[in-house]
Amino acid sequence: MTQLALVIDLNVCVGCSACVTSCKEWNTSGSAGPLCDENPYGLNPTGTFFNRVQTFEIGQYPHSETLHFPKSCLHCEDPPCVPVCPTGASYKRKEDGIVLVDYDKCIGCKYCTWACPYGAREFDEKAKVMKKCTLCVDRIYDESMAEADRKPSCVKACPTSARLFGDIHDPESEVSQAIREDGGYALMPEWGTHPANHYLPRRKTKLKIHQDELERADNPLKVDGQQPKPGKGESSMDDVSAW
Amino acid sequence: MKPAFSVIFLTTLIGAAQGLFLALFTHQSYALFGLLPMQSDAFYGYGSVLALLLLVGGLIASFFHLGRPERAWRSATQWRTSWLSREVIVLPAFMGIVFLFGASHLTGYRPELTTLPGGLIVDLSTVLGVIGTMLAFALFICTAMIYACLRFLREWHSPLTVINYILMGGASGFVLASFYAASAAPDQSDFFAGWAIVITLLAFAGRWASLVRNARLKPKSTLQTAIGIKHPYIVQRSMGAMGGTFNTREFFHGKSAAFMRAIKPAFLILTFVLPLALLALGILTPGLLALAFIIQYLGLLAERWFFFAQANHPQNLYYQTIG
Repeated sequence: MTQLALVIDLNVCVGCSACVTSCKEWNTSGSAGPLCDENPYGLNPTGTFFNRVQTFEIGQYPHSETLHFPKSCLHCEDPPCVPVCPTGASYKRKEDGIVLVDYDKCIGCKYCTWACPYGAREFDEKAKVMKKCTLCVDRIYDESMAEADRKPSCVKACPTSARLFGDIHDPESEVSQAIREDGGYALMPEWGTHPANHYLPRRKTKLKIHQDELERADNPLKVDGQQPKPGKGESSMDDVSAW
Repeated sequence: MKPAFSVIFLTTLIGAAQGLFLALFTHQSYALFGLLPMQSDAFYGYGSVLALLLLVGGLIASFFHLGRPERAWRSATQWRTSWLSREVIVLPAFMGIVFLFGASHLTGYRPELTTLPGGLIVDLSTVLGVIGTMLAFALFICTAMIYACLRFLREWHSPLTVINYILMGGASGFVLASFYAASAAPDQSDFFAGWAIVITLLAFAGRWASLVRNARLKPKSTLQTAIGIKHPYIVQRSMGAMGGTFNTREFFHGKSAAFMRAIKPAFLILTFVLPLALLALGILTPGLLALAFIIQYLGLLAERWFFFAQANHPQNLYYQTIG
């Protein structure tokens, strides 16, 4: 069975919010109607977003790091928001594991948000229904698009390729390999929701050079610098002269 | 959580109505077995009308919670998985039975259905009363399980939630019944006031137990598990929004810690202590019973506000700093 998901590499994310704006742009322009924005240029702007980039400071100055943390619906494999919905508007698709809201069935009771520990759903104050990330379900199967474009809008927009998209149930997929080999983890594992989206941890890339690597192990005379130094204008030869 | 007044009125009004219906039918059952004098049809009938009015009030309040009330009928479809859907089915069913129970008394249409071995005659109103009693308890369970089934909201995720909804609804219903009886059947008022004292004491114990339990809860989710970074010092610098969002409006009560500290003793006194004193005095002075119901109802509004406000949603970990 397929489970589509995003894998977000926190080591690569620079917090530019390109995913946020491209998500908003795509999803506010679709047939499902706009994502509301109220007071967008005022003091206290508010609106419905499917994806936000949050920023955390890890540690205390001077030993601190900035972490940019994109967060959208995690498309849990055992989504707690779905069974509580009284109308069946919230559902998880069997064929690809995407958790969706049928905006025509939602009564706006907000009970699903109470049941989501991640705060992934946002109520649309104008449409009066619950909205959430669709993994761009209206893009990824659209055959009128070039195949390279059939990805969620946020994935296409990411300038650092911090966002990977694919089927985490296919062990050979790019996302499964990233989770397996780069330490992919799920958020709030304590609740047993089994989020499909995973995050790759921040990791330090260090180049360690040992002393013996500074010497040439294949030096036939075993000792550097004992060859005769030819004059500046003369030709030199590897392993025979000192340069 | 942000307490929604629609839900506060819904749960307190229907709780009182369920309790009142249970009180009326408890009296009728006692009378059936000859333990109390059977009252006139009007007593049970108009009592049911009062319960029905409260239920209608609660139902109307509930619609204010919905973004799309015109689609409310859809919410009866997912009863297999959703306690909210179950409540949506049980509430009108209970209202229907309360209506029929009241109508059976007020029209005097109470055909004898069967005779028990002891010679007890079971008429239509008794059967309706038994069904109504079961539905009243089913409705208490549905209402409370809407909250108790959410495992992330650990303040609610406890059998005490269900027990307290039953006890507090029952208490306010019996207090109302004692006042109703004081004006409609004064000699029966003590029966209801006595039970009201017992149930209010039990509710006091149950609510106290849940306060003690909640005070000892340690959060399961932390910033560390929320973002998966194992470091003791993590501070949010931005939640990804320049102003408030749905996530900051729906899940934070927005009152000060001092307000939260003050409302707890306030609701304990209003819901339990004062009504108990007034009920005890009301056995001598029936007029105090009305006051007991009003004060307890105000206390229950405060109690329900606190119930919602106290629940700390794990999503709040992600929404701490606007910027």
